[in-house]
Amino acid sequence: MSRTISITTARGITCDVVVFGSAAASPVVAFHGLGGHLGGEPTLVALGDRHEVFAPVWPGFGASGGEDELEDMLDFALHGADIVVALGLERPHLYGHSFGGMVAAEMAALSPASYGAVGLVAPMGLWLDDHPIPDVYSMLPYDFPVHLFHDPATASVLTGGVDFEDRAAVTEFLIDNSRRLGTAGKVLFPIPNRRLAKRLYRVTNPVAVVWGASDRLMPPVYAERWGELLPQAAVTMVDEAGHMAPYEQPAAVAAALVSTFG
Amino acid sequence: MKFTWFNLMPWPYLPDDFRESSRSVWVDIPSTLFDPARANAVYHAYMDLLEYADELGFDGIGVNEHHQNGYGIMPSPNLIAAGLARRTSNAAICVIGNSIALYNPPIRVAEEFAMLDCISGGRLVAGFPVGTPMDTNFCYGQIPALTRDKYAEAHDLIMRAWASDEPFAFDGKYNQLRYVNCWPKPIQQPHPPIYIPGGGSVETWDFCLDHDYNYSYLSFAGYLHAKQLMDGYWDQVATRGKDESPYRAAFAQIICVADTDAEAERLYSEHVLYFFNRCLHVYPGFSDPPGYRTINTIKAGAFDQFRASMQKVFANLTWRQLVEDGHIIAGSPATVIDRMKDLITSLRVGHVFALFHCGNMADWKTRHSTKLFAEQVMPHLRAMWPDWDGDDRWWIRPLADRVRPEQTISEARRDPQLPRDVAAD
Repeated sequence: MSRTISITTARGITCDVVVFGSAAASPVVAFHGLGGHLGGEPTLVALGDRHEVFAPVWPGFGASGGEDELEDMLDFALHGADIVVALGLERPHLYGHSFGGMVAAEMAALSPASYGAVGLVAPMGLWLDDHPIPDVYSMLPYDFPVHLFHDPATASVLTGGVDFEDRAAVTEFLIDNSRRLGTAGKVLFPIPNRRLAKRLYRVTNPVAVVWGASDRLMPPVYAERWGELLPQAAVTMVDEAGHMAPYEQPAAVAAALVSTFG
Repeated sequence: MKFTWFNLMPWPYLPDDFRESSRSVWVDIPSTLFDPARANAVYHAYMDLLEYADELGFDGIGVNEHHQNGYGIMPSPNLIAAGLARRTSNAAICVIGNSIALYNPPIRVAEEFAMLDCISGGRLVAGFPVGTPMDTNFCYGQIPALTRDKYAEAHDLIMRAWASDEPFAFDGKYNQLRYVNCWPKPIQQPHPPIYIPGGGSVETWDFCLDHDYNYSYLSFAGYLHAKQLMDGYWDQVATRGKDESPYRAAFAQIICVADTDAEAERLYSEHVLYFFNRCLHVYPGFSDPPGYRTINTIKAGAFDQFRASMQKVFANLTWRQLVEDGHIIAGSPATVIDRMKDLITSLRVGHVFALFHCGNMADWKTRHSTKLFAEQVMPHLRAMWPDWDGDDRWWIRPLADRVRPEQTISEARRDPQLPRDVAAD
């Protein structure tokens, strides 16, 4: 259903890219959220029915390193652009979920002509004083399900079945978690706002904004704000989905993206 | 042996139901619990205690930096140190320390520490903590994964600023300064003794050894729990081929002295339990933001003392457990001498940061304990390291003919109207 290739960017960062779908279809580059690739990536599988989907593993999220090279938002956005170049893709669509949505939006703001449409599922990057986003960095493991999922009972996708009684497994999980969130923290901590809002005017591409109606991390008022900043965006609310909508309602999320990607 | 009388400066009026009514003593402690009018007496009482320790012959008096913290009302230890520099003239003034990644630009620390060294006549011990996640990341917004890098740059800038006799340009990642020109400079050359307080990060050991700085392990879990970590430090000292002077290391310990063991429990139990039950009530989510600890430290299993499992321990401790497990050293002078000898030899430390004031301890009790230690304990511990006698590489080098300002104002605040006991007996 998917295959994994390894690429090295011009900056010299080597990373895995998971590829879904058929080479004949128009390409999508898909940036994952704070958890990395989880649970078979059902939304990317569904997108693969219509597109060839390239899903890079972000530095700090996989086996390979490179995260020390990325220090600020410009580094992050340029790394995303470097991946597109390394893949040899011409004007691919961009897709990003959560943290990955922030990266995709920044890439589009920097170089809108380099990409086709932009699909953003619950992207980070905006901050509303009246609706502060809960602090992911001070959450304890048991806090995550209620913030991230419409149905917290499905949250086991996050930990991949780690046995929390097994000290070695817990250490491994802590290391992975520390690398993932530590890396993303360079653009998310303490407030996940690196002034993307003032650059979004540059994004003239077709845009799909997709939001879980039960997102308790970034409530749907954030979807409205994205719609205001990107007037061309098709904003879709997905029922029975939280911040992890791509894992809870993959068919609905993929359908909303495909309607913009074409 | 050198002994520094250390005051954390806890807020002594946390309510009885603090654990139940508040999520954390640190970061998001309800600020309505702070009463500025009461703080007037509290600050003066705490500074008086530090000055009292100087009178009793402690080698150093110590302060530190915490933010939004119910057990430390000292976000700027330099302000307290400035007061102490004016009212003492013997003890080292140990600021352990300034969280240098938080100062923008960190040249401010070079300047203020130089001022303190000048005012005190060369008595400053300069501490450079990386900083706790609570202070550094959650209160002051530094990015966890970049904290150590920013700290290292701040350190390099400060040391270069002290050493350089010419203005220089500094093109750092976090600080760009066209004209670095430290003014004033410290009396102690090439720089005051530098102490690196560490919680449990293995990287800190190498940093200390790279620069020959003192490693100060600050833990409230007590000396028995510190053994494993300090053994790791000394292994690293040996691996690096450094000499094993005990003065390379310091340890912080809560100490309570009374005439008898039973009297120690009667006098101090309530206040020590206040400290462990209320002051260490830190929301575990604040203790370990992803990215703060390095992968090597996670692998080493050097978990933070505020992690969730320790919270359960702190909350339910009894006096007997506190004493038996070595969280505190308490009892008669003879008992305390025995246990202090055990601490000093088992951890191999030449410096002890002694915490006599604990939680909401009354002023007179703190003085009682301090005086007994100074007069009946300390003399028996002085010569614990005869092979290293006179090794003052990690100690102050004050001016011999320094100004002694406190002699003119020594009775300045002996007004009986002032409340001396700021907490319940």
